[in-house]
This record gives sequence, structure tokens and C-alpha cells, in this order.
Amino acid sequence: MRIVEFRGEKISTWARRAPQANPSVGYVALGHKLGRHCHSAQEISRPVDKPLHQGQPPRVTPELQHSPLEAAHQALAARLVPFAGWNMPVQYTSILNEHHAVRNAAGIFDISHMGQFLVSGPGCATWLNRLLTNNIDKLAPGQGQYTLMLNEQGGVIDDLIAYRSGEAEFFLVVNASMIEEDFFWLAGHQDPDIILRNESALWAGMAIQGPRASAIFASACPGETLPPRNGYATTTAGAIVCRTGYTGEDGFEFFCPAAEGIAAWDSFVAAGAAPCGLGARDTLRLEMGYPLNGNDLSPERSPIEAGLGFFVDLTKPDFIGRDTLLRQKSEGPTVKLSAIQYTDKGAPPRAHYPVLAEDGSPLGELTSGVLSPSLMTGIAMAYLPTAFSKPGTPLQIDVRGRLFPAIVVKKPFYKAG
Amino acid sequence: MNVPADLRYSSSHEWLRLDGDIATVGITDHAQEELTDVVFVELPALGRTVDAADPTAVVESVKAASDIYAPVAGEVVELNPAVEADPSWVNTDPYGNGWLFKLRVKNPADALNLLDAAAYAASIS
Repeated sequence: MRIVEFRGEKISTWARRAPQANPSVGYVALGHKLGRHCHSAQEISRPVDKPLHQGQPPRVTPELQHSPLEAAHQALAARLVPFAGWNMPVQYTSILNEHHAVRNAAGIFDISHMGQFLVSGPGCATWLNRLLTNNIDKLAPGQGQYTLMLNEQGGVIDDLIAYRSGEAEFFLVVNASMIEEDFFWLAGHQDPDIILRNESALWAGMAIQGPRASAIFASACPGETLPPRNGYATTTAGAIVCRTGYTGEDGFEFFCPAAEGIAAWDSFVAAGAAPCGLGARDTLRLEMGYPLNGNDLSPERSPIEAGLGFFVDLTKPDFIGRDTLLRQKSEGPTVKLSAIQYTDKGAPPRAHYPVLAEDGSPLGELTSGVLSPSLMTGIAMAYLPTAFSKPGTPLQIDVRGRLFPAIVVKKPFYKAG
Repeated sequence: MNVPADLRYSSSHEWLRLDGDIATVGITDHAQEELTDVVFVELPALGRTVDAADPTAVVESVKAASDIYAPVAGEVVELNPAVEADPSWVNTDPYGNGWLFKLRVKNPADALNLLDAAAYAASIS
């Protein structure tokens, strides 16, 4: 197996060695995205049995990473907060306004902090199919799918989108908080024919989402064609366009070389996309019932428990975590990630607030919660015992000692039109 | 930044308007600007007695719930129904329709311990 890493001039974060990782892999270096201070990232390619640093412990630098688009956020006086080790905009004007901009027109989000891996080589589809839950053989070149990467116990390491970018090549987009761990996990499952590239340092990313997203693409990228839903395409300038999103609206995610990020951002904004931050990103995804890794997904919960069985193909010969899922499918899971909505006005639900049954018995705690800007009521998610997970089940949410009535509902909370 | 001259201010960004022994309390323009969209207000129970600096109310934005502290000691005697019905008054009219609650103050002279407009304005600049 060949591992390709990109390092910029700054010494970057180093992956902590996961206990189950193969020691011969060594330490994996990830480059900073250096934005305006970008020096061309140096490619380091090494065979897997030569660790980068023999016998040295991993060094984690605590400094915040900076998006290549940060100058654009500063020019707009965005409110920047640490997120997954990155300095990111939580809002520009108001989370509510930004949320409504996406539902009614179009918004643009900086997603440069997310990770990108390129997997290639003969048999890479088979190799990936053993590490991911969905069936990658369903993808023709130019198609993508939502999928999950599980640990040996069937719990979720990460959720991600895998695109077949070539005949024997896949482009994976993973959560910012999990880049090091995901890459380390993949690198630890060796195969002599596979080339695994961590390209996270190379790409600026932005998501344009909303009913006007397609028109904005046509205006900002004349002559280019937007791929169909879940599709992957490259532009003549070498950018990557994926017709996916995390908002429930039409839209696309756009990746270009980091040094070109600001110009691309400016062109989409000039075409009508309103800058939107992580605050609106969270309200939009929760309205759709989309899970957030770290909140609604965790290594202790399986995709079956999370209600994501649609993205698991149990007919595949084998993949990591399959045994647990087969057992849960036949026996039924003991808990289910459920959508919960307030039935009356109340203090906004938030992660970790206790959930109680109608009779007051404790059922768990919320994994996510927010006041839905589109519905103007509280919406939340929690793993509930299966007996309490049916839509219509009455519940109570404990907010600072006050109980607010709620019920289990079907996802999504928000339906367009 | 709006800092009305006729009010007193706490260092935790509450304002107070004293009328005899009744104090009207809210949060400042600076505070609402920091919070941005206020989506929920939790007001104290009528009749509750509070000491100065006691957490008395909660103002919630999309991302956070913020404690509001009583600027002076007193008894809660009135709540603002407008702000319970429409929390955005805290943003659009923090010194008017965005008032939160009224206290019968234990000792009206306590208000003089609070910052005047000039001192508060200096503290937030």
C-alpha cells in the first residue's frame, strides 16, 4: 500500500495512534491549509512499511487551523469560533436570516475544514466495500453515495460521502473532526495494490445550497455542467463539483485548490449566494433529521440504531461491523435514534437535556436540539428505547428543571412547500 | 451603540430604570448585539425575591442560553408578556418593548451602586 500525504510549511497536527492501528504504518502527517500564506504543499509518498518517524511519539499542536477562505470571512466581519480545531464562521449576520436565505434563495458555506481522501488502484472498490457499509459497486463513474465507516463492534467511526471519480478511483469527503482518525483507520487496513491519498490540505471547499443554487452555478461557472443529484464532476479548471448537501435543499459542494478558494467564493457570492455559517448549517441539517457525527452518531451506536439501515448493504459478502448489524436486524435494536418535536412553546431543546416518558420516567438525553427557524418550534433527536420510538409517543424534555411536552415524529421535521 | 443616559447599568450588561421603588430591568443594546437572534425568554416567577447578582431570568439565542442577573435586590412584581410572546423585542427594542421584568427594590439607593451611562459605555468600548 502506498500512502501519500501533503504537508505545508507549518508543522501540522499529527494523528494519535489508535490502539488497533498497525504499527508499521507509522504516523500520518496532515498538511495545513495555509490560505493566503499558502506555499505549495509538498507531496510525500512512502511505502507503508517505512514509518515517517521511527519510535517518536505523535505530536499534537493545539493551534487552530485556518481556512483558506478566512480572509473572506474577516472582510464580512463574520463571528469566528473554534470548530473541530478550525477557526470557522458561526454566523455573518444572524443565524435565523442565514437559515431562511438557504430555504428561500441560496446560501454559501465554507467547508474547507472537511477532509478529502483519494483511493485508487486495482481492487480499490472491493477494498472500500470491506470498510464501508453501503455498496460501492452501485456507483458508476460520476456517482456518489452516503455511507458509513464502522468499527469492529458495528459502531460509527464516521459518516461520509463516497464518489466514484474514475474507473478505479474514489473521492471520499469526511467530517473535519475525524480526518486524522479516518485516515489512520483506512491506512491501517493494508492492501498492496491500493494507493491512499490524504488530500485534505489541498482543497478549499464551499457548499452552495438552496433553490437558486443551480442558477448560481450556471452564472458563476459558465459553460460547466452541474452533475445530477449525488453526482461528481470536474470542471475544465480542475475544480470538483458534487451535487450533494447537508441542508435538504438542492445544491452542490465545490472543491478547488486552496489558493484559488477566495476567488471562487467571491464569484458565488457575486452570483447571489448569501454567506452562511455553522449556526445555520446546524439548524438546516437538524430540520431534515440528518445526523451529526459526535452528537447523533458515535462509536457506541450502530447505523441500525441510528435509523440509517437504508445506507447499509447486508448482502455484501463482508464488511467491518457486519456481524453486529446482522444480529440487530434479526433481533431488532434495543434503542432507536428518534425525531422529537415540541407540541407547545417552550425553551429550545439542546443536546444533553434529559428526555422523560409521559409518566416522568427517564429515557435518556437529547443528542441534538434546536429551535427550528422554519417551524418556530423545538426539534431534537435522541436514542430512545424501541418501545418509546414510535411516532406519536408523548415525551417530556427537561430544560433547567422545567418539563416541556413533546412527541416522537417522523423525519424530516421540515418538508418544502 | 445605544446607552441611554437616564438608566443605570450592571457590569453584566443589564439595565435598570427606577421609578420610586419599582425597577424595570432588561439587557443592553450591546448585550443583544452579542447574542444576536433571541428566540426564547424565561422569566422568573412573580413574587420571587432575589439578591443582587442572582441569576433571575434566561435569554436564549439559537446557540446559547444566557443567564440574566438581578441588578439589585428585590421582589419580582411584574413580567413583560410582549417579550414572552415575541422574544425578538429584546433585539429590536432592548430598552423599550424588550424589557424583561420589574422588581420592587429592597433599597432604592442600591441603584446608585450601578454604573451610570458614561461608565457603562466606557466599559464596552
